Amino acid sequence: MLAENAFLPILLTLASYEVGRAIQRKTGNSLCNPILIGAILTASMLLLLKIPVDAYQSGCAPLQYLLTPATICYALGLYEQLEKLKKQLGAILAGILCGSIVSLLSIRAMASMFSLDDVLTISLLPKSITTAIGMVLSSEAGGIAALTTAAIVITGVLGNVFGESLCKLFRIHHPIAQGVAFGTASHAVGTSRAMELSQLTGAVSSLSLTVAGVITAVLFHFLIP
Amino acid sequence: MKYLQQFLRILTISFLGELCHSLISLPIPASIYGMAFLFLALKTGMMKPEQIRQTSQFFVGIMGVLFVCPAVGLLNCWELLQKHGAAILTIVVVSLLLTFAISGRVTQRLLKKEDA
Repeated sequence: MLAENAFLPILLTLASYEVGRAIQRKTGNSLCNPILIGAILTASMLLLLKIPVDAYQSGCAPLQYLLTPATICYALGLYEQLEKLKKQLGAILAGILCGSIVSLLSIRAMASMFSLDDVLTISLLPKSITTAIGMVLSSEAGGIAALTTAAIVITGVLGNVFGESLCKLFRIHHPIAQGVAFGTASHAVGTSRAMELSQLTGAVSSLSLTVAGVITAVLFHFLIP
Repeated sequence: MKYLQQFLRILTISFLGELCHSLISLPIPASIYGMAFLFLALKTGMMKPEQIRQTSQFFVGIMGVLFVCPAVGLLNCWELLQKHGAAILTIVVVSLLLTFAISGRVTQRLLKKEDA
């Protein structure tokens, strides 16, 4: 009965996210991340009410439909911050390129270390970039799209939750460098956090997720086992 | 009506992005084409920032909630995650740390030089 209710999936999603936001406002702790809390609450409710995940996901389709238009809107911030970025474009691109190469090489090396099979390795390789590119790369090379999505989501949420602490840990204090780190290492999910830090950080982060996605799409083919 | 007009402009760009994605056989998603198109439209003056500002701000603001559903989707490959959990988690965490540190530090180092 509940599983068929057309409004329940999005209702659950928005309500859980709002609870997450309220907790974050109260505690001021970046660990209390609304995406993380939202997902845990929603998943618990699904298990409790015995609603299949597939039914929930197809119910959320109207919301997910907004993902492409929303990502496109990052271009406005990028355009308006461009003057500040022009002089530093070389530094930004160098950072993204190095980060993307390190991401691919480290995943490849660790996959061999854990002696994962080729299918798992291929599925994990594109995990630092945006789902839309990563999933296609993985499935076209014979990987498991669901696992790639899972790895991408975990990466993004970790970047979103711990990004600020990582900036402190690695002493990355310039907003442009922070944006490059967020966007290159944790794609759109990290970028949504970078947007909250500052306009400039968010703009650099959205540029970085785009460039990192394209660089990875090119380099990916050289690293397939 | 302002919001509807702004949404119409953004949807038009999304449509063009999706069109390119289906016509060109590269693993580049509609959103990346769309970002390039919107950027070019703003750059050439075909579109003014004011013509999309409020709706853009709304979309960028709600970005976070759009990732809740994919995160819940982790339940779908729970078995695979359990079987190789330790390896997958190690790979995800270590490569995140490395990528974050290297990309941020490289950019920061080069920025300082350009400033000096």
